[in-house]
Amino acid sequence: MLQHFRPALVMLVLFTVLTGLVYPFAMTGIATAFFPSQAGGSLILDKGGVIVGSSLIGQAVTSDRYFQPRPSATSAPDPKDASKTVDAPYNAANSTGSNLGPTSQALVDRVKASVEAKHTSGWQEPIPADAVTTSASGLDPHVSPQYALAQVAGVAKARGLDEAQVKALVEAKTEGRFLGILGEPRVNVLALNLALDQLK
Amino acid sequence: MTLIGWLQIGLVLGLVLVTARPLGLYMAAVFEGRRTWLSPVLGPLEHGFYALAGVKADKEQSWLGYTLAVLVFSALGFASLYAILRCQAYLPLNPQGFDNVPPDLAFNTAISFLTNTNWQAYSGETTMSHLTQMAGLAVHNFLSAATGIALALAVTRAFARASASTLGNFWVDLTRTTLYVLIPLSIVVAILFVASGVPQTLLASVDATTLDGAKQTIAMGPMASQEAIKQLGTNGGGFFNANAAHPFENPNAFSNVLQIWSMLVISSALIIAFGKMVGSERQGWALLTSVGVILIAGVAIVYWSETAGNPILTSLGLDPSAGNLEGKEIRFGQALSALYVAVTTGLSCGAVNAMHDSLTPLGGLVPMFLIQLGEVLPGGVGSGLYGLIVFAILSVFIAGLMVGRTPEFLGKKIEAREIKLAMLAVLILPLAILGFAAVAAVLPAALTSLANNGPHGLSEILYAYSSATGNNGSAFAGLSAATPWWNTTLGIAMVMGRFGYVVPVMAIAGSIVTKKKAAASAGTFPTDRALFIGLLVGVILIVGGLQFFPALALGPIVEHFLMLSGKTF
Repeated sequence: MLQHFRPALVMLVLFTVLTGLVYPFAMTGIATAFFPSQAGGSLILDKGGVIVGSSLIGQAVTSDRYFQPRPSATSAPDPKDASKTVDAPYNAANSTGSNLGPTSQALVDRVKASVEAKHTSGWQEPIPADAVTTSASGLDPHVSPQYALAQVAGVAKARGLDEAQVKALVEAKTEGRFLGILGEPRVNVLALNLALDQLK
Repeated sequence: MTLIGWLQIGLVLGLVLVTARPLGLYMAAVFEGRRTWLSPVLGPLEHGFYALAGVKADKEQSWLGYTLAVLVFSALGFASLYAILRCQAYLPLNPQGFDNVPPDLAFNTAISFLTNTNWQAYSGETTMSHLTQMAGLAVHNFLSAATGIALALAVTRAFARASASTLGNFWVDLTRTTLYVLIPLSIVVAILFVASGVPQTLLASVDATTLDGAKQTIAMGPMASQEAIKQLGTNGGGFFNANAAHPFENPNAFSNVLQIWSMLVISSALIIAFGKMVGSERQGWALLTSVGVILIAGVAIVYWSETAGNPILTSLGLDPSAGNLEGKEIRFGQALSALYVAVTTGLSCGAVNAMHDSLTPLGGLVPMFLIQLGEVLPGGVGSGLYGLIVFAILSVFIAGLMVGRTPEFLGKKIEAREIKLAMLAVLILPLAILGFAAVAAVLPAALTSLANNGPHGLSEILYAYSSATGNNGSAFAGLSAATPWWNTTLGIAMVMGRFGYVVPVMAIAGSIVTKKKAAASAGTFPTDRALFIGLLVGVILIVGGLQFFPALALGPIVEHFLMLSGKTF
């Protein structure tokens, strides 16, 4: 038994240095040198150099002048009582899904409320499923083309734009499958909203 | 289900099959100590390690010596990781200024990474410093994977050798596996991850000003390097709470395919390497076929169930054509999510790209069942292979009983001692899973952690202990597991699932290696043909799975019928 201690200890130290320090630091160096944008989180800057967000991370939208992302289940510590949490959609410092199961009453209540809100906004059934379901990370940057198209009328009205013009923008911003096969067609909400601001 | 969905699934699995053979043959060369094309670079490093550690590379160990080396190494690894977690506030590279990890959580996390489980009772971005992630957790991503592979090698040698007494040298196997297999693959995969958008930075976070004018703090870190070994080593412990569903860990369809490929490829290649080392590549392919049959059936059930959706939500006015989207990300779609669900649990990886807690009842039953089958489809790196060999031994035993002959596997007689030890290993799973789940199901201190009521609550409990004992690490994550009860019992379940399995398996290897290799005769049951493949599938499902059926009936199965009748809790 004792004969194993020296190799165990030495191997642990050597591999900690190699795989725990040399490897990640070397990868950081290579990543920063060759893929600076991706390595830094695919950030989007506006003309003034201010960070608007990451093209990979969804963000909360309240204004009806913009396209809305999916509902998000993320939360943040309650400022009044740190042992509790409050809803904080698209909190990119604390990713989570709702973790509600298929027979959860809480899920049904939440979806029902969202569906009613969509009805109030004049949406027709069936409602696109991603418009009222939360994503796994709570940070999903995408919506389905159906959900984006369902929002066209509302956004066009709020901005006083022609519906056909906004619809054409959604179609232009719809990304296809990777290599035509992998993944699903989708619309990046932040990219769409930034393009929307460019429309005159 | 759509044709293009199946095409995506077929494409990914095809990619694994095409690459598994060359990698398997390369690994066999590494494991047999032959020179490879990396030897000129890594040879000096390897021998430097031996010199410093006082290891005599040509001195082999008996099964007991090998097992003791594994146990001592694991115990030291536990102690050092526990120490890092408990002291992280005093250590450097802690830009967020995180506190020390509390004792029960540190115990659970240290065991979790040491046993290749990577169950996470914490959320990474709010608990672990960069130093802890890199020099604590990621190190054990490498070492627990290498330990698993080393153990599988020892078992492989038991069948490859005849009338021998030693199974190899653990320190050599550990070093060669890490240097020649895990590190080179990780470097390649990490660079591909970065190229696809996974961040790799020492910054902790950046603040953005959103279009609405609000502040959004975006957490990041040295992620790609960790993501690579997390998948390749079938560890599964994510940098973030949302794991591979987080758009930084898994930004697009390409990275998702790379994730699935890197989870599957080493375990599949190991089965090929096994065949090569025991002198019958056909044997490797036969084992891999059995694995593939069950795994693809699992994918099909998840894919069907998730696209069929949740009738309760459809009745509220939702478009059912997209299937069940609660807890799923748009960019992956149902097909690649279903494939990920089945692969991550057929393996003992446990990374997730969709929230398993929000899967439909039958979609959630499959991952739980695949874990309960013993993580052999094709299982964790190493642990999957030796688990599969245990099932193969049981299969030839059952076949032998039917025709009244002494069973043989690869020319080695399987006798009472091996069968007793194999049953001991197989029974550790129901003991830990059903034992702990039964207690937790009636214990108020455990039940307060549940996020869902009704049968889904029981599923959360069952899944947690299945995941811990199977060393998987995925979760029905609604369960708030960071309490003393769950941290402690799940930690114990992880130890039972890893070492309670390893010790009897190594004892089998120790007994097999001493036996003569009998030449195949007309009466030998061929173990590389369709009959054996069918038998092995049956034994995995019946011996591995049937014991869990009553518990599953009370959880996901009853929930399925309640969902169809519109009942909620």
